[in-house]
Formats: sequence, C-alpha cells, structure tokens
Amino acid sequence: MQTFRDFFDMGGYAAFVWPSFAACAVLMIALVVSSVLRQRRMRARLDEVEKLVRHAEGDEAA
Amino acid sequence: MTQAAAQRRGGGGWHRFANPARFRRIAGAVAPWASGLAVALLLLGLALGFFVAPADYQQGETVRIMFVHVPSAWMALFCYTALAAASAASLIWKHPLADVAARAMAPIGAVFTAQALITGALWGQPMWGTWWVWDARLTSVLVLLFLYLGYMALWQAIEDPAKAAKACAILAIVGFVNVPIIKFSVDWWNTLHQPASVLTTEGPKIHASMLWPLLVMAAGFKAYFVAVLLLRMRTELDGARLRALESRLAAAE
Repeated sequence: MQTFRDFFDMGGYAAFVWPSFAACAVLMIALVVSSVLRQRRMRARLDEVEKLVRHAEGDEAA
Repeated sequence: MTQAAAQRRGGGGWHRFANPARFRRIAGAVAPWASGLAVALLLLGLALGFFVAPADYQQGETVRIMFVHVPSAWMALFCYTALAAASAASLIWKHPLADVAARAMAPIGAVFTAQALITGALWGQPMWGTWWVWDARLTSVLVLLFLYLGYMALWQAIEDPAKAAKACAILAIVGFVNVPIIKFSVDWWNTLHQPASVLTTEGPKIHASMLWPLLVMAAGFKAYFVAVLLLRMRTELDGARLRALESRLAAAE
C-alpha cells in the first residue's frame, strides 16, 4: 500500500506528472473518437446520396 | 510517409497510388496493423516510463513528463514537415492524394503541438518556476499551433475545394520556415529550454534506461499518427466522392 502511495505521489510532483499524461490521453483519444464519428457520418451521407443517384439514373434509363 | 511506404510495397511510380481505389485497399490493409501497433507500443512505453526508467537525479520524478513531452514535440515538427511536403507535392505534381493527405494531417499535428505546450508548461512550473516564458523555443512552438489552426480555418473558409487546396498549400509551405526556427531556437537564442539531448551529432546524451522508454513512446506516437491519418484520409476521399455525386444529382434533376 505504501509503495502504491509513493508511486501516486511521484516524489511530490503528482500535480505535474499526472496531468501531463492525462492531457495527452484525453487529446489523443478525443482525436480518434472525433475522426471515427466523422468517418461514420460521412459514410452514412455517402450511402444516402449513392442510393439517390442510383434512383435518379435508373429512372432516366427506364 | 504512408505514400512512400505504399510505394515501396507496390514497387511502382507515384501515379500508381493516384488511384483512390488502390489507396483505399492499401490503407485498409495497413490501418488495423498501425492501430494495434500504436496501442501496444504506447502501453509498453508507459510501463517502461513508469516502472523501468529511474527518477532523474536533478529533476526527480518530473523527468517522466519527458516521455510524453518530447514525442509530442517531435511529432508536432514531423507532422508539419509532412504537411509542407504534401503541399509541395500538390502544387508541383498535382498529385490527387497530396491535398487529401495534407488536410488530414493538420488536426493530428495540432493535437501533438497542443500536447507539447501543455506538458511543457506542467514541466516548466516545477523545474523553471514558471509555466510560460516568451522565449524563442516556446513562442515558435505557439506559432506552430497557430499555423495548424490557421491552415484548418483556411480550408473551412474557401468554398471551392481546388482554390482552398492551393491557398492552403501556399500557407503550409510559407509556414515551413518556422520548423528550422523551432529546431535551432535553443542554439541560436538564450532560452530556459534545454538543447537537444537525443538527436545530437555525438549521439544520445541520456541513459539507456530513459532513452528506451522515450523511443518506444515515440514509435507509438508515430504508429498512432499513421492510423489516424489513414482514417482521416478515407473520410476526405469519401467527402470528394460525395461532392461529385451531389453535383451529378443536381445535373440530373
């Protein structure tokens, strides 16, 4: 337990070390999440428009 | 970088990868490996950084901030260099994937630059006694962040994609002058920031127990960059296809 507390305490610099790692984790994970959501939204819009184009051009052919 | 890697794989010229369908296939094959590698290397780097690397005899435990600060700063410069190179490729060779790559890189570089600034402040306060100084190194990195944000804003501001690509490419290339300024700022001007200790002409000046965690973290950041870049390039290509289909639809009606 004592070693865990020592580890967390970071030699008295806990207030600087942990926020550094936390900031990087938050930013890097946020970029991945926003990139994945952006790709999904784009894919959904593209599927929709592809369907519309097939309809429009199918109608012309008929 | 991904294009170069792709080129080696295919063994052909640049034009072979101008084809978005081919890019999609290659990106689809590489992306899962890059993602897995990023997670594995980042976890290994954290474990080495916290449990194997010792505390520094001068800086104590704060030295562990180095394991995120230095790779973030390296990637901030790497991303901008790649962004400027892709922009040059776009202007000179009109390579259709160059704009896509450049645009996809900007937010990744901005995130790494923000990380370098935040972790730098958190390291500066206990070691230098200040969160921030307006010296050459810190100020030029702040300018780098504004270059990334300005580049992204310019893409948003210009409606016509071809015009936007050209204006952004010129901004990116002009802004590249800041990269050597950042790199050499610690040698050219008086600064609180320490000079390079890994990429020196005499080789790394830090002990292996700290160098290895640093290099593993840096490799993890690089793999993360590749994974996010491929994903964002796919979105950009889908966006171009969406615009093309929408104009076809408008013409059909």
